[in-house]
Amino acid sequence: MGSSCRPRHLSILMATLVTGLIGTACTTGGGVTTQPAPAPAPDEQVTVSVWSNFAHRELNGLNKVLDGFRAKHPNFTVESQGSQDDDKITQAIRGGNPPDVAISFATDFLGQFCSSGAWQDLGPYLERDAVDLDQIPDAVRDYTQYKGVRCAMPLLADVYGLYYNKELFDRAGISGPPKTLSELREMAERLTEFNPDGSIRVAGFVPDLKFYNHRPQMLAPHWGAHWQRADGTSGLSADPAWREFFTWHKELVDFYGRQRLSQFLASAGQQYSADNAFQQGKVAMMIDGEYRTAFIDEFTPDLPYGTAPFPVADDQPDRYGTGYTTGTIIGIPRGAKNPGAAWELVSYLTTDTDALVELANSIKNVPTTKSALTSPKLSVDENFRTFLEIFAHPRLVSSPASPNGGAYVKFTEDFATRYLSGEVSDLDEGLRKLDEQINAHNELSGN
Amino acid sequence: MTATLERPAAARRVGAGTGPGRRRLRNRLTVLAFVAPAIIGFLVFFGYPLLATIFFSFTRADGLNPPVWVGLRNYVHLFVNDPVGRTAALNTLWLALVLTLLRVVFALGTASVLVRVRTGVGFFRTLFYLPSLAPPVAATLAFVFLFNPGTGPVNTALRWLGVDSPPGWFTDPTWAKPSLTLLMLWVSGELMIIMLAALLDVPVELHEAAALDGAGPLRRFWHVTLPSISPVLLFGVVNSVILALQFFTQAMVASAVAAGSADVVGNSKTLGYPGNATMTFPIWLYQQGFRQFNMGYAAAMCVLLFLVSFAGTAVLIRQMRNTSGLGEAR
Repeated sequence: MGSSCRPRHLSILMATLVTGLIGTACTTGGGVTTQPAPAPAPDEQVTVSVWSNFAHRELNGLNKVLDGFRAKHPNFTVESQGSQDDDKITQAIRGGNPPDVAISFATDFLGQFCSSGAWQDLGPYLERDAVDLDQIPDAVRDYTQYKGVRCAMPLLADVYGLYYNKELFDRAGISGPPKTLSELREMAERLTEFNPDGSIRVAGFVPDLKFYNHRPQMLAPHWGAHWQRADGTSGLSADPAWREFFTWHKELVDFYGRQRLSQFLASAGQQYSADNAFQQGKVAMMIDGEYRTAFIDEFTPDLPYGTAPFPVADDQPDRYGTGYTTGTIIGIPRGAKNPGAAWELVSYLTTDTDALVELANSIKNVPTTKSALTSPKLSVDENFRTFLEIFAHPRLVSSPASPNGGAYVKFTEDFATRYLSGEVSDLDEGLRKLDEQINAHNELSGN
Repeated sequence: MTATLERPAAARRVGAGTGPGRRRLRNRLTVLAFVAPAIIGFLVFFGYPLLATIFFSFTRADGLNPPVWVGLRNYVHLFVNDPVGRTAALNTLWLALVLTLLRVVFALGTASVLVRVRTGVGFFRTLFYLPSLAPPVAATLAFVFLFNPGTGPVNTALRWLGVDSPPGWFTDPTWAKPSLTLLMLWVSGELMIIMLAALLDVPVELHEAAALDGAGPLRRFWHVTLPSISPVLLFGVVNSVILALQFFTQAMVASAVAAGSADVVGNSKTLGYPGNATMTFPIWLYQQGFRQFNMGYAAAMCVLLFLVSFAGTAVLIRQMRNTSGLGEAR
């Protein structure tokens, strides 16, 4: 009897152990703060770790600004770690060993960060310190909060506009950048040059929706297209602007020929390298962020280029001058060891005018407070000024935050690829199925 | 020889709970102590993760908060509502079939040639083995640049040879998976070396006897060589199937480079480029679990992948035993 009972006891013990382990698995330690942690006393030595995905030139720029913070707060030691992407930050939070301050390049994860409490609610800190959020433009305030929870602050913004090659414009006899989409289409065709064998030598404008930053979220606002219905469900099939958007691109793809365009794209060079097709004069016009001005300065300073707001739908001329914005965000992860000290640094980086201006000048991003935007210390040349003006436009647009890492963008890009390659014959039906796909995926995330 | 471990039943009854009983318990504990590291390792690194994965597959979990029980919803979504998951599964199945077949045939073919080389043996073996030492990311980067349809030397050579429209390789949905397969064949030196060792192990006298019986080279290969190396072939097939089912790094890197964004690997626009042709099941699984916060859904995908791997391997081993008589040898 005794021996037959032992395995049973062992089984019960193992089952209990496994159940307990499973029950506690994959959940991070540390609760969500509802009261703001106090700032460290001036004589208290604290160490704050900062993770960002900056590297090389941009990481040096951030570290210089952090040096400025240390000069003002001698009791702080700041450990800055670059090349930490969102995956690593998320895993560190899941593992219960996050940095005190996390910086993310994209807002894709913001919905999840805020709704799950992975990034702490900054509301109590903002309230305690009476931070004036009106200093931040509306669109930027939108993309740093999710359903009323502000778990991030904006740390510089990316604004998207049109880049055009002046030399190619002169060669084609075009005097200035397009303002409407029909002008863009016409100029794209005039600017395109073919080799004797029929291949594309210079593309006027690339209509592929995975080319560099020619992505739906950057382009669609210029057609006036909206991602969601009023109830928050996917609304691509309900908005005729999306139909116009996809049709416009398909017609331009047909002008080039899918095969020739694919061949051209294959040799277009890597996006963030010296071989970028616009920088090499192989593309006459493209949409890109303000940071491209820094890449051009670094890699091809002699490139004769100009910038302008991206053209808008012919029947919506009042949209001209605005564009899409997203940006770098900064927050305090759940489980941060020194949240009070972390907030001091977050507050400095996101609200101190000189710090923001210094960082903006260094990495050529748009500062995110109104006072920094008007600071005389902000270095602004003719091309960069375009993006400041777009940023100041009252109809600036950002993407809706999602709870699943921006899955809707992936599905839309997939659909665009299929439609532009001719796989989808019924656009309306395709958009309806795309809505279903996005909604089903959102339901999977419990939303 | 007869075993002497059995004792009379009377002796066992008398010994229960007394001296011999304690000795037996001590023996068992000693055995347990010796196998404990293996048992603990198995439970910690396989048993517990497997049970946890099965549990999470029935929940909505994000890895940040306590999971919520959702029953079969993740499995329903996987089979009904996820076209990308379906594409990823088909791509992986394609790789499991085509890559496995070609990898085993290529490794065996190369080894069969190398086994006949008489001069420069070391040089040629090193030459064919060397690519498998290249780190996967570096090998993939190099391969994608070599096969760049516009500027790569492969298409330049093809055009020079008179091919008007050479393939788009990694940028063409039709050619993306064959291109990945070519890459994997290039780095299959490890399997080739194992096959070579197996071929060198085939007894020469068997070949001689078959030759005396009038068997030609093909018949000798079919009736002598293949049965002799069948355990190694089985290993090659199982190894290649598992490689295909876990295919991740090369597809992830190749898609990003081909999309023109090598520095933003994993970005939604590069995943599966072109047109999800390089989207494999493990990549979509990773995307769900670690980037879209659907850890419960990713767990359901894991369970499915585990079941397919397990069933596939079991079928292969059973089939191979039946054809080679391995079962009888035990």
